[in-house]
Amino acid sequence: MFAAENGLKGDPRLEAISAAIRVVPNFPKKGIMFQDITTLLLDRKAFKHTIDIFVDRYKDMQISVVAGVEARGFLFGPSIALAIGAKFVPLRKPGKLPGKVISESYELEYGHDRLEMHVGAVEPRERVIIIDDLVATGGTLSAAMSLLESQGAEVVECACVIGLPEVKGQHKLKGKPLYVLVEPSGLDEFC
Amino acid sequence: MSENEVKDPRIDGIKTKIRVVPDFPKKGIMFQDITTLLLDPKAFKDTIDLFVEKYRDMNISVVAGIEARGFIFGSPIALAIGAKFVPLRKPKKLPGQIIFEEYELEYGSDRLEMHVEAVDFSDRALVVDDLIATGGTLCAAMDLLKRVGAEVVECACVVELPELKGRERLEGKPLYVLVEYR
Repeated sequence: MFAAENGLKGDPRLEAISAAIRVVPNFPKKGIMFQDITTLLLDRKAFKHTIDIFVDRYKDMQISVVAGVEARGFLFGPSIALAIGAKFVPLRKPGKLPGKVISESYELEYGHDRLEMHVGAVEPRERVIIIDDLVATGGTLSAAMSLLESQGAEVVECACVIGLPEVKGQHKLKGKPLYVLVEPSGLDEFC
Repeated sequence: MSENEVKDPRIDGIKTKIRVVPDFPKKGIMFQDITTLLLDPKAFKDTIDLFVEKYRDMNISVVAGIEARGFIFGSPIALAIGAKFVPLRKPKKLPGQIIFEEYELEYGSDRLEMHVEAVDFSDRALVVDDLIATGGTLCAAMDLLKRVGAEVVECACVVELPELKGRERLEGKPLYVLVEYR
């Protein structure tokens, strides 16, 4: 569900966040309007608003783990984890984590990729939120959920800054709630 | 940190949370795994607090974090001190106009990229990564920032491997670390 439909309608912070996200046409290939959050990170107020909104939502939900998807999930997840007193667990590309890992593969447009997590990072019945910058098809988040649930953790919600049109109207991803701050920035915002 | 400084009591707690994994990614390397530090909310907070306390009054306008573990420490530091955060990334990840710097690996080389419009001559920069070994990556990061005219104030890492002498490759720029691994 979008934040505007869930208690934050008209919140000026959402507009500031949306305005700070840059659209880069035809990256990484023709036809894709890439949602570039690096400009959000350059806007101190908008970046803080982003973290504050997630922290306000999750701080009283007894979340003990924030799992962030490499690499842009690492830009938002750690600050949220720190503010709510939760562990931060990085979900990484293959071969990066040095300890014993479990892995889950997911579909790309052509082929597939894998996401890995350290065994023992989460314990059964821990309450987890998963963070990434953007959700499109939900494939990566689904793989992330599988990793966490395989360890007996409870995925409370998936949270992203941006949600592509495919997810609009969907409140759930694989049966779990999905919380998104903004839609893709306007197509007329060429920078 | 010099030997003359009194060690902050939080440092020991941080050091014990870093897991050493032998022979990763290959034989002979004692890998410094900071993921176990991230699993301890107090130790992770202490880590960030130590950096924030040091830098918040130094007029740092930008924190540059090296992909990917530099993102984990650099982004909370940037938020806390009110600085911009600039990700320094592996090739082809950044969508806008970039500059790049190559650096040596043991076999071959790699490349670090930065958005050219993210930083300019008015910026005072802090470079953050989880660890400094030979200093090659940090050196490349500093070069990117200097090329757009920014002033690199300092480099900051959680762990240093002093035997690899990375500190000497930073062209005189100060390096602040919390933990040394010998």
